[in-house]
Order: sequence, then C-alpha cells, then structure tokens
Amino acid sequence: MTKERKTPLLDELEQGPWPSFVTEIKKEADRPMAHDLLGILERSYADRVSHWKHGGLVGVMGYGGGVIGRYSDLPEEFPAVKEFHTFRVNQPSAWFYTSDALRTLCDIWEKHGSGLTNMHGSTGDIIFLGSSSAALEPCFAELSHHGWDLGGSGSNMRTPSCCVGPARCEWACYDTLAACYDITQAFQDELHRPFFPYKYKFKFAGCPNDCVASIARSDCSIIGTWRDDIQVDQAKVGEYARSGTDIQSEVCNLCPTRCMSWDGRELAIDNSNCVRCMHCINVLAKALKPGKQRGATILVGSKAPIIGGALLSSVLVPFLEMKPPYDDLKELTAAIWELWGEHGKNRERVGEFIQRVGLGNFLDGIGLDPVPEMVMHPRTNPYIFFEDELDDDAGNA
Amino acid sequence: MAVDIEALKAAIFDLVASTHGKKNLKPMDITKDMIARFGEDNCGKIDVKRALRELIDAGTLTYMYAGGSYITLPEPRSEAVDEG
Repeated sequence: MTKERKTPLLDELEQGPWPSFVTEIKKEADRPMAHDLLGILERSYADRVSHWKHGGLVGVMGYGGGVIGRYSDLPEEFPAVKEFHTFRVNQPSAWFYTSDALRTLCDIWEKHGSGLTNMHGSTGDIIFLGSSSAALEPCFAELSHHGWDLGGSGSNMRTPSCCVGPARCEWACYDTLAACYDITQAFQDELHRPFFPYKYKFKFAGCPNDCVASIARSDCSIIGTWRDDIQVDQAKVGEYARSGTDIQSEVCNLCPTRCMSWDGRELAIDNSNCVRCMHCINVLAKALKPGKQRGATILVGSKAPIIGGALLSSVLVPFLEMKPPYDDLKELTAAIWELWGEHGKNRERVGEFIQRVGLGNFLDGIGLDPVPEMVMHPRTNPYIFFEDELDDDAGNA
Repeated sequence: MAVDIEALKAAIFDLVASTHGKKNLKPMDITKDMIARFGEDNCGKIDVKRALRELIDAGTLTYMYAGGSYITLPEPRSEAVDEG
C-alpha cells in the first residue's frame, strides 16, 4: 500500500457538486502511477508550471500516430510517472460498446498501464493515460489481438467521430455511424502514417443540430440536411398549441429567416427561405420532421485556436447524398489532401490554407465549381465573384 | 522509367541521415526532394509513400512528434517539448 499523499491544492478541485478527476485518480492511488500522478499534479499547482514535456520518438512500430509521448521533468521525485505516455484507441462509431468490450479494454489497461482512462477524449478516442515506453508494444499487441486499433495523432487524419445518428435519433439525415466507419477503414494509411502538413479531422453529424459540434471542431464537417420541405403534421402542431406552446412567439418569432407563419390553425413554412436551423423541429419535435430527400452538407476549415485563431467550417458542397461507398466524399477528400498536402505550410490547417490562398484558388485547385451556397453564414455574400455575372454587368454598363 | 524502390529507399535514408539533428523533415519535404532528384517522370508521390512505408516498417526510419510529425532516424534522443 502506497503512503497517502497530502494534496491540499488538488483537494480544492474536489469541492462543489461537479465530478472531479482528482477524486477519480485518488480511487486508484494505491497504484504507483496514480500515486505519483497526484504528487506531480500537486507540485505543478504549487509551482504554477507544468512538469510535463510531450512528443519525441514515442510510438508503436509502423505507426506515426496513436501514442502521445509524455515525460516528467521530475523523474527522481516521481519515478512512477517519469514516462506517462497516452494511448489513443479508436473508438467504435457513436461510442457503442458491449460491457464485455469495456471489461476487455480495462483489463488490458490495468495490465499494461496506469489503469486511468478518459472516456472519451475531446478527439472522441478512448484515452489510456499513463504508459511506460516499455509497455507500448505489448499493450498495442494485446489491443490488436482483441480487435482494437489505435487512433490518430500528429500530422495525420485524426480518428473520425460521429453523432449517435439513426441508431437513436429520428432526425438523422444519413447513417453517420456507417459513414464514420467507412471513412475510418478507407483511410487507414492516412490515419496511421502522418503525411500531411498538420492534422485533419472528420466529424459526422446527422442533422444541423450538429451534436458532435463538427462545424467548430473538424477540418471536414459532414452535417446532415434535406433539400425538400420540412414534414409537417398540422394536427400535432395543434396539439402543441392546445397544450400551452405559444407557436407564434416560441417558434415563428425565433425563426432566423422568419419563414414561418401561424394563424392559430395552420403552420405555414416558406421552405425556400428555410436555412435548416432546426429550431422549429426541436421545439415541435412530434409535429415537424426533416424532409424526405436527405443527405449532407460538406463543410471545410474549422479548427480550434492553436497556431492561428479559431475558425468555423464553411460550405463546400451544399448537398451530397451520403450513400455507401461514399465515393464523392472520398474523391473530394483526396483532391483536398493532394492540394493542401503539396502547398500547405508546416502546421497549417486546411482552413488556414484556404484563407491564405483564397477560396477561388482553392476551388480551382481541387476542381470544384463555385456555387452561391459557398458562404460563411446563411444570408451572407458568397466569397466568389462569378465571372459570368461580372461579364454581364460589364456588358450592361 | 520508374525509379528502383531500393535506390529510392537509399536516397531517402541518405537525406534523412544528412539532415539529422539539423532539420526536421516532414514526409512531404522528402517527397518533393525525391521527385526533384529522380524527376517527375521517374518518381511520384506514391513511389515515395511506398518507400517510406517500407523504411518505417523495417525500423530503418521512424516517426517523431515535435509540434508536428516528422521522419527521423530511430536512435533514442530526447525531442520532447515543453507543454503549454
């Protein structure tokens, strides 16, 4: 049994009603790694500096991603965490597990690592926290033996992730789980062997509610949408009204394009002006549904602020039928990677690359024609000057 | 005529070895160098990708992370970077 550590600063993080990672680490504190982890964290709070370094020559044979090297700069003081590498394990689509699969993962990790996990990291992966360098290959071998693979890290395609999609959500406009799995399998080389200027992320959202926040977090956001009319059950709209929902103020007045009207009996929608915000469908969940012609909008370019500032994805393909084998998405992706891979600067995300070269040049490079839907936000001007219109204007002048 | 894969692997290894400790090379840096060296007609991205894969799988070269992913020699050396 390891001697209990005094951690007065970390103890502060256990105050309040919220779950605490400190509490969870303390549960494992009889294991040397967790014990020293508490010690080095307490020390970091006291010193007000991180005592971790990351990166280096850490990984499993053949892979350039999936393991993030992490070292302590206080190895003598906290020897159990002098190497504390992170594994990213490719999660199943939409995070569905059997209890047997979870037990297997935990057994492998207790055998080879600290036993501490993060289910799940912000990348979507299963995160195993705290492995020594010597344990990397044996742990990877055992994961592989049980059918698991590592996810992405470094300058490669990151582990694709998706919302729960049609597995539990009636608003899914395509099968997010199938698309996520297919893309993961199709681009195994790009997932494991870094070949890009920087990271490239896919996130699959089944509808514009975008529960995986793909528009803010992925270089390629695949967001479900429809191109016909919202399906309306007028009788159910009436039920909502009779049970207290103020259709006018709670639905029509909050429509961003004011494309809805309510006369007390019928909800009318000018679908040509609908921007698929999902507000009305969210409020009147039993009465309204996305249309029947369903697919996805492909957006590119979002990222968190690391090198440059944060970006949101913007529209590249307004509507794509998302049917297996997803050839259109794969061809588009290959064209983007070809251009960005060759001309992107070191650590330049694809959104930053588009800003640098201009959307018009980017579209030329990937062989895609500009369309008016290529806007930053609905109701804003397109990025592109359409030459035909310019010619017409010149002719009319 | 396409470049011989063994000659390509040798050229890649020489490039990585010659820049070791001086400059970190990304796979695309290596690709561009090899295409320039052997000529576009003889060497393409797919050839370099294949050669790199064989070198990595054999343990002759390895990946390294230092803010981004690079190709380097597999000898142990500390390239860890400060967090923050």
